[in-house]
Amino acid sequence: MTSVLARPHGRHPGGAPRRRLVVVGNGMAGARAVEEILARGGAGQFSITMFGDEPYGNYNRIMLSHVLSGEESDADIFLNALSWYRENSITLHAGVRVDRIDKPTKHVFSNDGRVTPYDTLIIATGSRSHMPPMDGLYTPGGSLKHGIFGFRTIDDTRRMVQHAQQDQHRRAVVIGGGLLGLEAAYGLKSHGIEVEVVHSGGHLMNAQMGPDGGAVLRRSVEALGIGVHTSSRTTAVLGTDKVTGVSLRDRDNIACDMVVVAAGIRPNVDIAVLSGLPVERAIVVDDQLRVQDEDHIYAVGECVQHRGEVYGLVAPLWEQAVVLANHVTGADTSSVYLGSRTATKLKVAGVDVASMGLHGPELETDEHIVFSESGRGVFKSIVVRDNKMVGATLLGDSRKVAYLTQAFDRGLPLPEERIALLFDVGGPGGEAGVAELDDGAQVCNCNGVSKGALVAAVMGGCASVSGAMDATRAGKGCGSCKLLVRQVVEWAADGAVEEDPAASYYVPGIPLDKAALMAAIRAQDLRSVSQVFAALAPGSAEDAKSKMGLASLLKMMLADRYIDERDARFINDRVHANIQRDGTFSVVPQMKGGVTSVQQLRRIADVAEKHNVPLIKLTGGQRIDLLGIPKEDLPQVWADLDMPSGYAYGKSFRTVKTCVGKDFCRYGTGDSTSLGIQIESRFQGIEAPAKLKLAVSGCPRNCAESLVKDVGVVAVEGGRWEVYVGGAAGAHIRKGDLLATVDDPEEVTVLTGRFMQYYRERANWLERTYAFVPRVGIGHLRAVIVEDAEGIAAQLDAAMQASVDSYVDPWSERDDPQTPGQFRTSLPLTVLPQVPVR
Amino acid sequence: MSTDPMGTDPMGAHPASADSASYNLGPVDQIPFGEGRAFGVEGEQVAVFRLRDGSLRAVSAVCPHRGGPLADGTIDRLVVVCPLHQHAFELETGCSTTGAEPLRTYAVQADGEQNIILLSSQRVGNYSA
Ligand code: SRM
Ligand SMILES: Cc1cc2nc3c(=O)[nH]c(=O)nc-3n(C[C@H](O)[C@H](O)[C@H](O)COP(=O)(O)OP(=O)(O)OC[C@H]3O[C@@H](n4cnc5c(N)ncnc54)[C@H](O)[C@@H]3O)c2cc1C
Ligand code: SF4
Ligand code: FES
Repeated sequence: MTSVLARPHGRHPGGAPRRRLVVVGNGMAGARAVEEILARGGAGQFSITMFGDEPYGNYNRIMLSHVLSGEESDADIFLNALSWYRENSITLHAGVRVDRIDKPTKHVFSNDGRVTPYDTLIIATGSRSHMPPMDGLYTPGGSLKHGIFGFRTIDDTRRMVQHAQQDQHRRAVVIGGGLLGLEAAYGLKSHGIEVEVVHSGGHLMNAQMGPDGGAVLRRSVEALGIGVHTSSRTTAVLGTDKVTGVSLRDRDNIACDMVVVAAGIRPNVDIAVLSGLPVERAIVVDDQLRVQDEDHIYAVGECVQHRGEVYGLVAPLWEQAVVLANHVTGADTSSVYLGSRTATKLKVAGVDVASMGLHGPELETDEHIVFSESGRGVFKSIVVRDNKMVGATLLGDSRKVAYLTQAFDRGLPLPEERIALLFDVGGPGGEAGVAELDDGAQVCNCNGVSKGALVAAVMGGCASVSGAMDATRAGKGCGSCKLLVRQVVEWAADGAVEEDPAASYYVPGIPLDKAALMAAIRAQDLRSVSQVFAALAPGSAEDAKSKMGLASLLKMMLADRYIDERDARFINDRVHANIQRDGTFSVVPQMKGGVTSVQQLRRIADVAEKHNVPLIKLTGGQRIDLLGIPKEDLPQVWADLDMPSGYAYGKSFRTVKTCVGKDFCRYGTGDSTSLGIQIESRFQGIEAPAKLKLAVSGCPRNCAESLVKDVGVVAVEGGRWEVYVGGAAGAHIRKGDLLATVDDPEEVTVLTGRFMQYYRERANWLERTYAFVPRVGIGHLRAVIVEDAEGIAAQLDAAMQASVDSYVDPWSERDDPQTPGQFRTSLPLTVLPQVPVR
Repeated sequence: MSTDPMGTDPMGAHPASADSASYNLGPVDQIPFGEGRAFGVEGEQVAVFRLRDGSLRAVSAVCPHRGGPLADGTIDRLVVVCPLHQHAFELETGCSTTGAEPLRTYAVQADGEQNIILLSSQRVGNYSA
């Protein structure tokens, strides 16, 4: 892969020969151990080789729950990209499994036939999903049946998402009602799947809490629409070649199309067993993380058993990695690992659960403080022994979690009034709470970041929350500590926190929010993107990531007076087509309201034939897409089509979907088709902070899906029209809010235009109406747009009219390129992922 | 797939003189200010950008992420942003500011006749082969 491969015995320039460090397992513990070793000068001592069964760099496994629920993309969870290995001269064998260790000769054997010598070996093989015994799990060939999943790796997660997104898959059963099972259930639920959790324990999360907390949790989980069956065991998965259901002991079968098994984990100890290392529940290590009775072999992470404990969380492995690195590098040979106290949190949006230590009193002298308000889903239980906290369960209110975690970790003395453990009783607020935390207190459990490390980052100049988070990685794990991180940073900066600067900016490169930016543009009469940078950007620096947003804003504000610099546009807007994965473009001609004609269809067919268009497809927006057109062919394709652009590429008004309406449909009460065409004709192509997709339906059956559109119109009995705004059914689902019900289609057009203009002027860059409408509130919108409470209606209407008047069909540019080589190919001519021809 | 992908490219350039390894890619006017254009140079594809201050930068035209056409990217004085998935690369060094693999960079300048002269021998940046 890289040149470092060639020098396992290489000498470090000028130094002693480096020893060979081999790491088996490239997961969170393996990679963290190596980071700690590098931080102690390990690069000078060792040439490092890592083996990882998964064909990737190291990623944050914790975040798979968020990937499953769609809150995070799988590309964003990598902790160490492949370039990190290269930069640190680490030879990574990704996708390669180590099968055996030969202790006497100090070699590892991997499944690619390689034999690799080591001087020091680290085993960090983690765990795998446990498949409890039941019938029907496996195919006769021995692989898992189609539709059954574990939940451990990025590949598991991708496959689950893929499966869940297939239309015919509607129901899932999750086996296991612990942390992992609930996170899996929540993630699947976000894909619109019906989910039932089957749990063998008497209550959910029984490893983390007692039955009373479990009962409250159950209600919160059920409120998410997830079915729960406790005290029931799955005896078989039904279905011959794919999953059709599960059968339970003593209960009815549950029909389903997929099964996720989240019934615990088992440490990966096969290579240790095969190689003659001591294994009980996991690989046995001493307080220095050395494998028992071995001089040169260490182990770390979930695959180890230390003083009888096997952990299934990341916090312990951060602590282990530090001790291990101290010994491997000799940095601190007195360092010892004495075990970890673990706290867990559930990563399910809307259900806050934190738990640590004991669930309930065990000795007669233990105090138990309980508060339960099941109606609100709040439950708190704390166990105190000898005036020290030895356990806590907190549901539905996480405000005291940071303090309690610290009290638990360090055995702090507790307030006499125990109720202060559960609530802030008129005492100091959150800030004082932060001040009380001592420096060593762990703020981010996922990445092992202490309060002291955050404070040091702030003192070192990272005076913004995001800056401190970037510098320390705090808050970049499960994300549940972000509030606390913010509090610590604010406290440490002593009020001088730079408000997350970029958060309020309209575009990242200009430190102004939208209103201030628009005011400055007006005041200084700025008319082009480069003028805006020159006048308003720090150091007059251009910023590539700000260009498109500024271009759109200026066009909206200035209409005809805008000086259009083509380099400020995104490629789609430079060539009026949507770039595809292979660098070709797609062409979608306008087809107003989804209505077409013989002539249009014939012309499209002729063009597709003449240009050998690889794929002709009906879009979700009711028109026809010609895909796979090379850039240089675009002008000719448009000339041959001689139709206006459908704007399927811009941050702009896109389409109006319509249904057939009252002229044909037996239920239709309004002429939705012609109203849709009228709206599309009027607002075609106007730019906006994000896409605008509309629909008009002829009756409340809503065949054009008006309730989930940026603006959706529905004809109702009596010749009236309802106008909904802020609906969505893409990456987010939201039913639009009713803006108004009006008598006349003209009025619909006016309100639509006025709403869109208000949105264009007030929304943040890339903020769709589904975020904008709830942010400003439908009540406010009704007041401004329908009742003209602010007296700006006429102004909004006039501004929209100016945009409508300045509309020019972009495809008319075809005969007269606006810039040299506007349509010249940029296609790399090597093999790219080609769009397949159908 | 042809073994010489540039063989058919009308833009394919060849060294101005046999030993210098400098290439004349034609007039700078082919590239609008603030944009880039792709050129085939001896079997390699190079994206040349003309910054708004008139200076030129040249990097490999193929995004290391998934092969995106960098000449179609958006630039400022420091970086080019790939149009496909928005990885950003420093125009001077080729290093990615978003964690992608680095790009190869080329020395480039305009000569007295305002032609683009690319020096392919001299590669800067941290590209490690
Ligand atoms: C062509 C089309 C799919 C199809 O074959 O039907 C399509 C294709 C793309 N959609 Fe879409 N969307 C298409 C209808 C939709 C719809 C349905 C609709 O318009 O009624 C939706 C849900 C409604 C919505 O907008 O929310 C939709 C929600 C999205 C989203 C999610 C937006 C969101 O915030 O929820 C994206 C991503 C984005 O905008 O960042 C997206 C982005 C994309 C992009 C532009 C991705 C990209 O940036 O390249 C796709 C271009 C593919 C290509 O190679 O050209 N597309 N996309 C549809 C074109 C409709 C049209 O005629 O204009
Ligand atoms: C969905 C999910 C959510 C989680 N959420 C949380 C949470 O919120 N908080 C928390 O603290 N913990 C959480 N965890 C647990 C946490 O991810 C683990 O504790 C952590 O990843 C353990 O690290 P590890 O390196 O020991 O094992 P792993 O991260 O599993 O790494 C082991 C690696 O070694 C590889 N390997 C195994 N055998 C071999 C071999 N023979 N040769 C080569 N490579 C091999 C494996 O493929 C794997 O990549 C979660 C886990 C999952 C799956
Ligand atoms: S067309 Fe839309 S849904 Fe389909 S892959 Fe592209 S962005 Fe995703
Ligand atoms: S191809 Fe360039 S960012 Fe993905």
